[in-house]
Amino acid sequence: MTARIGVVTFPGSLDDRDACRAVQRAGAEPVELWHDQASLRGVDAVILPGGFSYGDYLRCGAIARFAPVMGQIVEAAAAGLPVLGICNGFQILCEAHLLPGALARNAGLHFVNRDITIRIENDTSAWTRQYRTGQDIRVVLKSGEGAYMADPQTLASIEANGQVLARYASGNPNGSQRDIAGVVSEAGNVVGLMPHPEHAIDELTGPSADGLGFFASVLQAVAIP
Amino acid sequence: MSQDVFAAALPVSAAQDTVSDAVATPGREQPFAALGLTAEEYARIAGILGRRPTDAELAIYSVMWSEHCSYKSSRKHLRQFAEKAPATNVLLAGIGQNAGVVDVGQGYAVTFKIESHNHPSYVEPLQGAATGVGGIVRDILAMGARPVAVMDALRFGPADAPDTRRVLPGVVGGISFYGNCLGLPNIGGELAFDPCYAGNPLVNALCVGVLRHSDLKLAAATGPGNQVILFGSRTGPDGIGGASVLASASFGGAGEGAKRPSVQVGDPFMEKLLIECCLELYQAGLVVGIQDLGAAGVACATTELAAGGGTGMRVRLDSVPLRDASLGPAEILMSESQERMMAIVEPDRVPAFLDICAKWDVQATVIGEVTDSGRLEMTWHGEQVVDIPPGSAADAGPVYDRPAVRPASQDGLVAASPALLPLPRSGPDLRADLLLLLGSPDGGDKTLVTEQYDQYVRGDTVLAMPHDAGLVRIDAETGLGVALATDGNGRYCQLDPYAGTQLALAEAYRNVAVTGARPLAVTNCLNFGSPEDPAVMWQFTEAVRGLADGCRQLGTPVTGGNVSFYNQTGGTPIQPTPVVGVLGVHDDVRRRVGSGFAAEGASIVLLGETRPEFGGSLWAWLRHGHLGGRPPAVDLAAERALASLLATAAARGLIVAAHDLSDGGLALALAESCLSGGTGCVVRPPADAATFLFSESAARAVVAVRPGAAEDFALACEQEGVPAAVIGTTGGSELELAGLFSVPLDELSEAHRAALRTVFA
Repeated sequence: MTARIGVVTFPGSLDDRDACRAVQRAGAEPVELWHDQASLRGVDAVILPGGFSYGDYLRCGAIARFAPVMGQIVEAAAAGLPVLGICNGFQILCEAHLLPGALARNAGLHFVNRDITIRIENDTSAWTRQYRTGQDIRVVLKSGEGAYMADPQTLASIEANGQVLARYASGNPNGSQRDIAGVVSEAGNVVGLMPHPEHAIDELTGPSADGLGFFASVLQAVAIP
Repeated sequence: MSQDVFAAALPVSAAQDTVSDAVATPGREQPFAALGLTAEEYARIAGILGRRPTDAELAIYSVMWSEHCSYKSSRKHLRQFAEKAPATNVLLAGIGQNAGVVDVGQGYAVTFKIESHNHPSYVEPLQGAATGVGGIVRDILAMGARPVAVMDALRFGPADAPDTRRVLPGVVGGISFYGNCLGLPNIGGELAFDPCYAGNPLVNALCVGVLRHSDLKLAAATGPGNQVILFGSRTGPDGIGGASVLASASFGGAGEGAKRPSVQVGDPFMEKLLIECCLELYQAGLVVGIQDLGAAGVACATTELAAGGGTGMRVRLDSVPLRDASLGPAEILMSESQERMMAIVEPDRVPAFLDICAKWDVQATVIGEVTDSGRLEMTWHGEQVVDIPPGSAADAGPVYDRPAVRPASQDGLVAASPALLPLPRSGPDLRADLLLLLGSPDGGDKTLVTEQYDQYVRGDTVLAMPHDAGLVRIDAETGLGVALATDGNGRYCQLDPYAGTQLALAEAYRNVAVTGARPLAVTNCLNFGSPEDPAVMWQFTEAVRGLADGCRQLGTPVTGGNVSFYNQTGGTPIQPTPVVGVLGVHDDVRRRVGSGFAAEGASIVLLGETRPEFGGSLWAWLRHGHLGGRPPAVDLAAERALASLLATAAARGLIVAAHDLSDGGLALALAESCLSGGTGCVVRPPADAATFLFSESAARAVVAVRPGAAEDFALACEQEGVPAAVIGTTGGSELELAGLFSVPLDELSEAHRAALRTVFA
């Protein structure tokens, strides 16, 4: 049976269609989830896509975390459901305290759209098991508030726990502490990523097809043995 | 006009001027001049109505008859676009609609348009540019299409001028803030600098949308009894008089702050909701007619919908949801608050319509109904404040045949031939000139600007900056896509507006063609000084004639466009700057051709004929501060042959890179191809290396031929009648002109990237 991967649409989500396409390309069935419905429709994993949920007028992700669907996601994540937040989705996961730290305005104060290289630092998470630790992949960064920040204790603990999922490897584009591009929850099922793997699934429309590994990984993670 | 006069001109909301008041007090003085109307125009309104207008009616006519909305100085000339249009079967909707619609095959249609937001962007760069994007996106949405990409053509004063550092980052920030938040990829455009734009930058925004043939929507209020629904943002006091005060008058020397309240403020989040909401409404078949609210707001939407449907309309102005409760009818009519649309809906479909709006958190209000009276009637708390024939405001505005006189100074300009300029001969001199062009703001790397724009969202961007054209995929199964490019060249047009406009057309056409796409249709944004200046009017008439003639020869109809007059500072107009957008169809985007030299060992072929043509060239301007003579010769038959060759070569996979030659000539093109592909080249120049490198002869491109395909490609060139010369080979990490000079790619890259750093420092 094909895995069913939910993609949440908040008002202002933009990369939801791209996330669905990546899920499909990886061989799974994308399932559209609507922000104000407190139901996950029995999906095997969830993606919070990029965009500007609710216009990001208060603080990125600060309003989205209170959407009805988020209550379900927080509960399911605690029970082990794989969750991937990309860009705005990462910001929402931090706001919802599913991941440590926060995302601040880019160091240059400008939005940055760039093809970049990131290095996978943890290949055991639900979303990275098809990569190898130390592997460099080519993906897209496009964000204005992508600087990863955390207090020194948190940084020390996520480093010690292997919760740094990926680092920027072609220069630090936004002032993220310790070049952090993505983090993972202690349990390994919730991942937040500032760059966009869903825009790197095809060399025709992206810098590479390297990003497909995230979606293929979760298929492997949810496969019923 | 000072803002005080303007504010005083608006009627206060407490005591409204009703239709019966207008009848009862025929002699009351009205501030028509402060609203931008002439005495003759005012008298004409009274003639149409058989009485003086009410204040609300005066507001409607003042904005609808403004230059910006009525095209009163240009309309006479723009008719040529229809009269000279080439025979074509690709046009599903043309000039006069919100945007032209072009059949691209497989049941798909594409709609695209470019529009100016020059003055607002100077007064308040961020919001001015942001709302420029918002406005053009709603135009596309109103045709029934899903907007799929945006582009922008930007022109500023010198990059090192202090005000450019205020205006440029603000404009780019506004496009970035608004476009990124909408989820539309920005796939290209232009960035140019010239002192003539220092007090009047040009911000032209283009949007392209895709629809199925059957989804086409028109701005027509049909079916008496159908309901008029206003949806989107509430109406506020922002942008009141934007069309008449800001867009239809020149900037004076000082006091721009006084016009600030005429600039609108954008909310891209609301616009994103509006897009998704409209598309769902279309899908559900709930919309009879639709119009976006842009310049002149409710006044424009109601008059155009009623005029378009040949019907009447009754509107209760007091039911318009307000952000500022103190607004009166005239202000509501003139407000340019953003993110609003107006739909015509059958009465029994209204609940379903409102449900979909509620799903998207979009406020929607029934404000009136379609009638068969032939009159546009509006009430304010039960009292009639408007009663006019809608066509008189929408279509029957004044038309002026303004005097157009070729200025005496033109002869001197043409006589100042560049033939006497000393050309570089030695290797070091040629090298220095290449680096001068490459390191100039015009020739330099635009990444500092373009990387502020999301180019990937929606996942269908196949080519974007720094390629010659943007290319988006429409159908993932078949590979159908569309390519778009915009071009303009103020220097060429200053020397010869007729030829200069055709060169802009030819360049955009060529830029689309190098990707492998077939150019299909044209949009335009005509940026000029004051039409009341006969010299400017001459430039304008020449440009329009040039574009109409050029489009006929190229077989690409003009589908619509926009005229922006009054681009001047005091009495000094900008260089005439028609910006031409060309849309092409790509049968299979997987066969697209980029501009970068990515592989080693490909032979480099120069296509077209190179003559010593330096009039208006970037080299003459940057090296000698020279602008004179004639622009490069136009040869549209050669452009057609070149485009045909490039489409064939792409489809057959004969070439691996192609780059158009325009400003900066072959020198800039080679450097850009090396840098964007990351591979060097060795080129063997002829004796006159300066002409070879820096001439801007038109109808040329440089291509890298797929190894092994040289014979086939040479044969194709022969068949299409395109002159072709093998000039070198890709490879290595230097740009080398054999026997003259070489530049390591690192050095090229550093010069290229340094060009715009000062602006953003």
